[in-house]
Amino acid sequence: MEIKKISPLIWEIPRQGNMHVPGTIYASEKLLGAMRRDNTLQQVANVAQLKGILKHSIAMPDAHNGYGFSIGGVAAFDIEEGIISPGGVGYDINCSVRLLRTNLSVDQIMSRRTQLIDSLFKNIPSGVGSDGKIKVSREMLMDVLEKGAQWAVEQGYGKKEDWERTEEYGMMKADPRAVSPRALQRGAPQLGSLGAGNHFLEIQKIDTVFDPITAKAFGIDQKDQVTIMIHCGSRGLGHQVASDYIKEMEAKYGHEGLPDRELINAPIQSELGQKYYGAMSAAANFAFANKQMITHWVRESINRIFGDTEVEVVYDVCHNIAKMEEHTLNGERRKVCVHRKGATRSFGPGRSELPDVYRSIGQPVILPGSMGTSSYVLLGTKTSEEISFGSTAHGAGRVMSRSEALSKYRGEDIRKEMHDDGIEVKAASWKGIAEESKYSYKDIDEVTRVSNELGIGKLVVRVKPVGVLKG
Amino acid sequence: MPYSFLPHTADAKFQADGTTLEEAFSSAAEAMFSVMADPAKVKPVYEEKISVEGADKKALLYAFLEELLFLLDTKKFLLNRIISISIAIKEDKLILDATAAGDIDLEQYEIHGEVKAVTYNEMEITEEEGKVTVQVVVDL
Repeated sequence: MEIKKISPLIWEIPRQGNMHVPGTIYASEKLLGAMRRDNTLQQVANVAQLKGILKHSIAMPDAHNGYGFSIGGVAAFDIEEGIISPGGVGYDINCSVRLLRTNLSVDQIMSRRTQLIDSLFKNIPSGVGSDGKIKVSREMLMDVLEKGAQWAVEQGYGKKEDWERTEEYGMMKADPRAVSPRALQRGAPQLGSLGAGNHFLEIQKIDTVFDPITAKAFGIDQKDQVTIMIHCGSRGLGHQVASDYIKEMEAKYGHEGLPDRELINAPIQSELGQKYYGAMSAAANFAFANKQMITHWVRESINRIFGDTEVEVVYDVCHNIAKMEEHTLNGERRKVCVHRKGATRSFGPGRSELPDVYRSIGQPVILPGSMGTSSYVLLGTKTSEEISFGSTAHGAGRVMSRSEALSKYRGEDIRKEMHDDGIEVKAASWKGIAEESKYSYKDIDEVTRVSNELGIGKLVVRVKPVGVLKG
Repeated sequence: MPYSFLPHTADAKFQADGTTLEEAFSSAAEAMFSVMADPAKVKPVYEEKISVEGADKKALLYAFLEELLFLLDTKKFLLNRIISISIAIKEDKLILDATAAGDIDLEQYEIHGEVKAVTYNEMEITEEEGKVTVQVVVDL
C-alpha cells in the first residue's frame, strides 16, 4: 500500500479506489512499522470508503488490527448524510478509564500494600463471568441504562463531584428500551464488576510531572502521590448490544459493497441508526455506573485501611464510543458523528462538553499503559480538534498475540519480574498475567511522545504502578 | 487437537476442523473456550441445550458461538465439549440444535482470559471432501 510521508509524524494513504477521503496515520516511523505488519493500514483505507465520511480516516499512534475499523481508529461522519457503525465503536462499548487521586504518598501505603490489594480484591468483583454483588432487578437495570453514574450516586455509591468530572457527566442521553432482553440478561448479574482480560485496577504513584501548572490544576502534581486507575467497560451487556445491532443492520442493509463485513452500518438518520445510538448510549451508561460503584468500593477499602483519606475523581474518559459533536470543517461549524474505537477524546479549552473546572484549560486525557508499565495523563488541545476531530490515542496497543505471549512467557516469571520492579500483582490466573505483560504491548512512552509532539495530547504526568488487580 | 490458533495481535484467531460441518462447529466451540480455560479439564457435570438459527452458515456459526458466550455470562457455563449437534435447513434459513456439556462451578478452574464477543472478521468456512475447516476471530 502506498504511504506518503507528510512529516516525521504524519503519513497519508492517498485517496484511491473507492476511498472518499484520504487516510491519515499519526505515528512515528517505528510505530508505522508495526502497523505495516498487520492489517491496520488496509482497515484505515477501508473506513475511508464509508458514506458521509469527512476529511480523513484516521489512525492514532497506537493503532493496530481490529475488525472492520482498526483499534486506534477515528472517523467522523456527516450527521445528515453519514453512517453510524457498531464496528467503529467496538464490542466493549465505553471501554473506558477513570483516574482517582488521593492525598496519600506512596511511602505511606507500602507497608500495607498487600492488605490494600487483598481488600480491593475482596471488595470489587472481578474475573471472567464475574457477578456483581448486588441483586439487580429489570427495573433497576433500566434506571442504570438511563442514568449511568448519576444513578449510582443516587443509590449511595460516591458523590456528585465524581460524575461532574466524568465524560458526559457519566450519563449519555440513552434509549434503554433499544437494549435487547438478551443484553439485559447478560448485564444484570454483572453490574458492579471489573471483568477480566485487559481490564484492571491499578494503584499507582506519580513518577514524573512534565507540566507542573496543569498537573496542579488536575490535582496530581506531587511526586510519589498515590493515584488509582480503573479500566473496564460495559461487560456482557455492551458486547451483546454491539452484536445485536450488527445483526440487525446486516439484515436490513446487507453488507454488499462493503470491503469488510464488519463495517456493517446504518445511516445515522435512519430509525435503526438512531436505535443503535440509543442502545450504545445505554450500554455506555452501564459502564459509567460500573466505574462509579467501583470507585465507591475503592474509597471503602482505602478508608478502612488508612483512615479518612481524600479520594477524588480527576477525570473519566471513554475510548470505545460514538459521539455527536460539533467540529469546524473548512471554516464552517458542522454537526458530525465521531467514532472513536480505541481512541480518546482530547478536547482543548473552551469546549462546552467539558466540566466547569476544566473548561478554561482543556480536559485530562488518561492513557493506561499495559500491566507493569507506566500510564500517562495528558492535556487535551485545540490542535487535536483541528487535526484529529479532538482525539488522541487510548493507551498501549498490542503487538503480540495472546497465544504467542503464552508460549513465550510464564505468569509466575512475569509476576516475579514485576515484583522486582516494585509492583505487586494479584490476578485470578497466572496465564492472564503472561498474556497481559508489557511484552505484549507497544511502547506507551513512544505513543505518548508522538501524541505530545503532534500536539493532540500534551504530556502532564507519568504514573507508575505499585499494585495491580486483574480479573 | 481439532483446532489451532493463528497469530493475531489483539484478538484470538483460530481454525477448527472436523469431517463434517457439525464437527467443525464443535471444534470451534472448544477452541473458543480454550482461550478461557482448558475444555479438557472442565468436568461434564452439567448440560445445556442450544437452539439457534442463521441466514447462512457464517451467521449460524456466529449465533452458535455467541449463544455459548451468553451461557457463560448468564449461567457461568464453561464448556467441556459438544455432546451432540445437528444442522439442518428449515424454510429459508439454517437451524442448529446441540447439547453442550460442561460445568457451572467456575471457582474450581483456572480461567485466564475473557472472550468478549464473536466477530465476523476473517471468518471462513471451507468445505472439502471429508474435511470442513472454520476460521473465527473472537474479540478479547
